[in-house]
Amino acid sequence: MNARFPLLALALVAVTVSACKPPVTPQTSPDPAVNPDSIAARTAREQAAATERARVEAETRARTAREAAERAARDAAARAEADRAAALAAARNAFSTVIFFANDQADLTADSRAVLDGKLPLLRANANVRIRIGGHTDERGSDAYNVALGQRRAAAAKRYLVDQGIDEGRIDVVSFGEERPAQVGMDETAWSKNRRDEFEIIIGGETLRLP
Amino acid sequence: MSRPRFTPWALGVLAVLLAASPAQAQDGVRIGLTYSAGTRPGVYILPMRGTQADSVRAILSRDLDFGDRVSVVMADSGAAPTGALNYALYARLGAAAVLQLAEQIGGGVSVTLHEVGSSRVLQRRAFGLEGAPYSPEWRMSLHAVSDEVERWITGTAGIAATRVLFVRTGTLWTVDSDGANARPVPGVGNGNFPAWHPTGRTIAYTQFADDGSQIVVRDLSAGTARRLSFASGTNITPAFSPDGRTLVFSSGIDGTDLWAVLLAGGQGPMRVTVGRGSANASPSFSPDGRRIAFVSGRLGRPEIYITDTDGANPEWLTTTGFGDQSYRSDPSWSPDGRTVAFQTQIEGRFQVATINLRDRSVKQHTIEGINEQPSWSPDSRHIVFTSDRSGSRQLWVLDTESGRLRPLTQGAVGRQGAWSPRLAVPR
Repeated sequence: MNARFPLLALALVAVTVSACKPPVTPQTSPDPAVNPDSIAARTAREQAAATERARVEAETRARTAREAAERAARDAAARAEADRAAALAAARNAFSTVIFFANDQADLTADSRAVLDGKLPLLRANANVRIRIGGHTDERGSDAYNVALGQRRAAAAKRYLVDQGIDEGRIDVVSFGEERPAQVGMDETAWSKNRRDEFEIIIGGETLRLP
Repeated sequence: MSRPRFTPWALGVLAVLLAASPAQAQDGVRIGLTYSAGTRPGVYILPMRGTQADSVRAILSRDLDFGDRVSVVMADSGAAPTGALNYALYARLGAAAVLQLAEQIGGGVSVTLHEVGSSRVLQRRAFGLEGAPYSPEWRMSLHAVSDEVERWITGTAGIAATRVLFVRTGTLWTVDSDGANARPVPGVGNGNFPAWHPTGRTIAYTQFADDGSQIVVRDLSAGTARRLSFASGTNITPAFSPDGRTLVFSSGIDGTDLWAVLLAGGQGPMRVTVGRGSANASPSFSPDGRRIAFVSGRLGRPEIYITDTDGANPEWLTTTGFGDQSYRSDPSWSPDGRTVAFQTQIEGRFQVATINLRDRSVKQHTIEGINEQPSWSPDSRHIVFTSDRSGSRQLWVLDTESGRLRPLTQGAVGRQGAWSPRLAVPR
């Protein structure tokens, strides 16, 4: 019993003493790694976040810009391709434009020569292209004479193109006489449309270059 | 156009009428060597017994009728007569000859030709028939019998044992001279401008492709074909020489000219015409093989010319009698050498005409519709041509002497007819 008394007294003294001391402020470290709640740490975090946001924003802007550039490039390429296709189509149309002849004639008219002139740029820009000229007639002549007449019509167009500098080895001619009319009918409207030369690219049509 | 047919009742009436003027039936008409052109002696075909009797008699009578040299008289029915004929009766019926037919054991047919005027048998012969009854071969051999009978009667063989090559739906067909057996030529595919070799066993034609046209020669029996043209461009309208050794056709790239090629080879192509860029086509040989008729545009519009086969002495044949706006083409030289048939444009439409080579007189043979592409039969009397008179283009046969017409084809469009040589001989 006597042994316990001094321990109790010491506890009371300790409690009394501690109750009379001023409050103690916790000691903090300036190192944010040591003290994540420090101002420096917060500042560092905010700076890091800002940096990250800036990076993300920059990346986003860059990506957006890149995508916009790519889209613009694609659009430009598509436009260019469309323009090229349109130009090629126009060139093909110019190339395939039919020429017409007077009744029982194989002579080229001024209009026909102008149409043939329109085919020259494409032929000159594509030296690998080989073409076929098909001569046709209306139905009024004899079958045989019409084949011969169609041949003369095709040959007349070939002769003109060769005179303009196109290699004659690149031009085939064929006659179909009256067998393949462009318009069926038994009047001058139909006949005038059937007395014609047609033009076809038979080699090199897939890789045409624009004049 | 149809063959006259007499019922027994009509025959009786006819007999009465003829009895009133018994001499007129035979005046000026003799058969055999004394037959003269322009007459059509009556031929009475007696009833016949046998399993194919009706067909044999029908084919034979139609062949004689289509030959246009005799008038066929045929009773619809009745028993085949036995014993001696009552020639006086047939004389009163207007018959100059009586044809008596009988089936042969083994499938042939026996033909007896009675000359009514002399009351005697003029010819008697048994003929073999090829192939199964009613087959194309059987019919052709029967046509050869008809042609021989016509030769007995008129001195000129008939044209029944022939065929016409023609273009239908882009390929070649043949049809028998009587319109039967219209069928495609096997293996041809695309074909135009057909021509017969003088043997009738080979044909030539133009084959069109996207890169031009070529001349093909085809053996009809073997079914083999070979290309005979030597150049690209246009190669059209082949024609065999009468000796069968040469083929002439139109070829060229800038204008077309006639070229000759030996079928046996051994020599290069020989140029026949010098058209200087004009169209020259549709050659047709004279029967002696020395000259060629053709169409040329060398002076502007297409006209018919004649040249030696070596190109010498070109001559404008159709020089006069036509308007400036006319157009002549597709010559066909008659096998007797006397006439060239061609087509000429009259008021914007083609019509078939002939020109007599002796006096250059021209005869127009057609009026109705568009008529073109004439081709002579072996007897130099009939022409096959294309006409749209029935509403579509079909082949028709014209007897140039009488003007009689008959349709040869029906169905899909038929054109560019080429009449064969005789394809069968009686055996």
